[in-house]
Amino acid sequence: MKYLAFLAALVAPVAALSDPNPADWDAVLADAQGETVYWNAWGGSTTTNDFLAWVGSRVVEDFGVTLEHVKLTDTADAVTRVLSEKQAGEDSDGAIDLIWINGANFAAMKNADLLFGPYAEQLPNWALVDVAGKTVQSDFTVPVDGYESPWAMAQVVFVHDTADMPERVGSMAALLEWVKANPGRFSYPQPPDFLGTTFLKQVLVDILPDASVLVAPATDENYAEVTAPLWAYLDELTPYLWREGKAYPATGTAMFPMITDEEIDLSISFSPGAASTAIANFELPDTVRTFVLDKGTIGNASFVAIPYNSGSKAGAMVVANFLMSPEAQARAQDPAILGYGTVLDMEAISPDERAVFEGLDLGIATLTPAELGTVQAEPHPSWAVRLADDWASRYGVAQ
Amino acid sequence: MKTRRALPFLPVLTLIVMLGPVLAGLLGTVLPAFGHLPAAGLTGPTLAPFEALFAWVGLLRAVWLSVAVGVVTTVFALALVALITAGWSGTWVYRILERALSPLLSVPHAAAAFGFAFLISPSGWVSRAVSPALTGWDRPPDLLIVQDAWGMSMMAGLIIKEVPFLMLIMMASLGQIDTKRSAAIFQALGYGRVTGWLKTIFPLVYAQIRLPVYVVLAYGMSVVDVAVILGPNTPPTLSVQIVKWMSDPDLAMRLQAAAAALLQLSLVLGVLMFWRVGERVVGQLGAMWIATGSLGKSDTIVRVSALGAGVLGALMIALGLASLAVWSVAGYWGFPDFLPDQFTMRNWDRHAVGTMSALGETAIIALTVVLVALALTVGCLEAEYRYDLRVSSRGMWLLYLPLLVPQTAFLPGLQTLMLTVGADVGRAPVMFAHLVFVFPYVFLALADPFRAWDSRIGTIAAALGARPDRILWQVRLPMLLGPILTAVAVGIAVSVGQYLPTLLIGGGRIETLTTEAVALASAGDRRAIGVYGLMQTAAALIPFALALAVPAIIWRKRRGLRHG
Repeated sequence: MKYLAFLAALVAPVAALSDPNPADWDAVLADAQGETVYWNAWGGSTTTNDFLAWVGSRVVEDFGVTLEHVKLTDTADAVTRVLSEKQAGEDSDGAIDLIWINGANFAAMKNADLLFGPYAEQLPNWALVDVAGKTVQSDFTVPVDGYESPWAMAQVVFVHDTADMPERVGSMAALLEWVKANPGRFSYPQPPDFLGTTFLKQVLVDILPDASVLVAPATDENYAEVTAPLWAYLDELTPYLWREGKAYPATGTAMFPMITDEEIDLSISFSPGAASTAIANFELPDTVRTFVLDKGTIGNASFVAIPYNSGSKAGAMVVANFLMSPEAQARAQDPAILGYGTVLDMEAISPDERAVFEGLDLGIATLTPAELGTVQAEPHPSWAVRLADDWASRYGVAQ
Repeated sequence: MKTRRALPFLPVLTLIVMLGPVLAGLLGTVLPAFGHLPAAGLTGPTLAPFEALFAWVGLLRAVWLSVAVGVVTTVFALALVALITAGWSGTWVYRILERALSPLLSVPHAAAAFGFAFLISPSGWVSRAVSPALTGWDRPPDLLIVQDAWGMSMMAGLIIKEVPFLMLIMMASLGQIDTKRSAAIFQALGYGRVTGWLKTIFPLVYAQIRLPVYVVLAYGMSVVDVAVILGPNTPPTLSVQIVKWMSDPDLAMRLQAAAAALLQLSLVLGVLMFWRVGERVVGQLGAMWIATGSLGKSDTIVRVSALGAGVLGALMIALGLASLAVWSVAGYWGFPDFLPDQFTMRNWDRHAVGTMSALGETAIIALTVVLVALALTVGCLEAEYRYDLRVSSRGMWLLYLPLLVPQTAFLPGLQTLMLTVGADVGRAPVMFAHLVFVFPYVFLALADPFRAWDSRIGTIAAALGARPDRILWQVRLPMLLGPILTAVAVGIAVSVGQYLPTLLIGGGRIETLTTEAVALASAGDRRAIGVYGLMQTAAALIPFALALAVPAIIWRKRRGLRHG
């Protein structure tokens, strides 16, 4: 193994030399011609899969880049894969060229030097990105430093069936009261699913008088004290959850059929437009609407990152850049397609392009940007990791 | 000349091809279990991963679940198959069951589990059929049926899928036992059908089907896809937890996963040994039961209820499949509607491109792997015939080894190994991994008919001047067309159903119907699951249909050859 590592050390500088330079965009475009980019992205959503297929059809048309969507059930699988390749000394042409990533997975890859970059801020379309108004330069408080480029904004919304639950609730405390009055009608995905962990963070952010402590990494000293109100909240909530908290849905999207099945009335989503899209696809009743809390809800950006050992870095950068184009962003924001928030600055794009965004019908269940209100920052990833672990030992082994 | 020299070594080569990956994969699991994972900057040896594993609060329950699911599933499935065979073999009912086997067998586990989950959940099809008319429910009751903490829905789901498998094995083994004379004797002595069969024939049959029973036991203890769909999640079974730990972004969890994989392996070995002891105990009790001389007065009740349970199980698979079909064309479909508001082809249109490319990939892999497996099988069997290289009972154990070692115990290690030797991701390594699982089934399906071939025909051909190769190609193989096609169909069904090997060894780049279906399943999109589940079932079922139809057409004028 040491011998292999030595060999890898010899090869590494050579590989780095041959990497394309994102600042020389014409060279990148020329390099990208004919490359195949394996994009590892969560494959559990038909709408997302369709959007990725469309991106593939566009980049092959304009840039000669073939895009293959490798459908993951869990983004961490891709992290594991790159790690295995590094272990095996596969440093120049790994299986993965692009990963849909954020949060803890990004932090893990960046820390372990598994990413190519910095490249994001050299991409031509970076100039159009709303750097001031959207959290695209830090990812769950971890500095991005150009090692991933943003392509969509997400924000927590609550999804409710107005036929059974006509009124929204304005806070997590009010949500607890509603659940206690309507036992068995609410659930959340089982942590460590990212949406389930987000629900825990959302509770914490909403019930803490001052959430600013979450910006810094969790420490052994402050963790127990800061999170104590959360566990008290969950202890009170759990007996009134769907199935009394003895079973949880696996993912966020798995909760839409549960609303349609009349199993639950209230759910949570990380995509403000997903409910409208699901109604259009017969996956939710048309009585479903969304709401956010009075103090706002947690939001973050979705990014793409390029592994250090991708053999098609130029092609991957071309795809990353295309994802930030007004054309791709407007399509992603269309609720009939995907319903994801844009990362672009509406002032930076041309009036024609702006008109496309303004002309979008956001759908009956989608809140307007104004209604979405304040976007709360993600806590530092160390909180999420500890919360998920702690949750698993407290509620993940319910008897 | 060359082939004749190579032939005697083929069985050895086959063993290496089969067992090499298993052993190498196990090695790749043992190292990280003791803290050795250089890529994460960790070097062992240390017992820390085991300490972390034993500190996990859910461990006892996860272990208990794995053991309980494996044992209960196997006991019930075996008992059901034995009672149905005891009560009905030789009757027209049994012949109908025989016909129904292939379709039931070819429904992949994941698709069957989805269908079953939708049938039995509080908002499922059975509940909808009687709601709100009989129950008054316009909302389903908040009952934990699917994913219950005791794993009962998972056991039920596994039992209905394992009964057809054991049934097939049972039917094959009956052909090697002189059941007719035993039956004549116990009937003449006044024993009932079931009691007499259990007392005289079952001990003989069990000796024949012992290894497949162990496979069912090991499979039930370590299955992942069915456990994810039907099994509990607070905590899940040990195997599901291993896969969860494997995909944790925290790399130290991989060590814990490897330690858990070794625990899983020793659990399976331990339970197998326990089962062997149990066989002796049951044997003793059986001998005492035989000595009582009871004739079996309640035989009729037993045989009718066994058949009822078997038919119910088959019905559940069929209805589950029907529900997938309805979902695949469903528009909006809310509770408590028995059928969707509208039907649409949109779901099929949306998934047309995806399913077609996945079907192509599935077919290429399955056909190649099965052809290789078939060539190895025929080679081994022919070598055995020409050089009298009998497979001992130890040899049979080796054959079953890849089916007995839990997939979660050696596939992650194998993935690392394949990378290390430079066998990069792609179709070929996936085929190699599939072969490990496909070969045993192809061999088992073909071995008995191949050996049962009347060797006097070979002697006649040799007397007419035919050399051994010509006898093989022009006499023996054509005569065995039916069994060969059946073996091919079995092999294809096994390959189509492979999830973990395709995912792990393919690095996610190889998209088969099964990997796509399970990826979609994580989102609970029943329409997509319906489309992929049906395609998956068709991919496994059509070869079975061809295996029946082709010999019937080719040998339509040669009745004696139709049954191989």
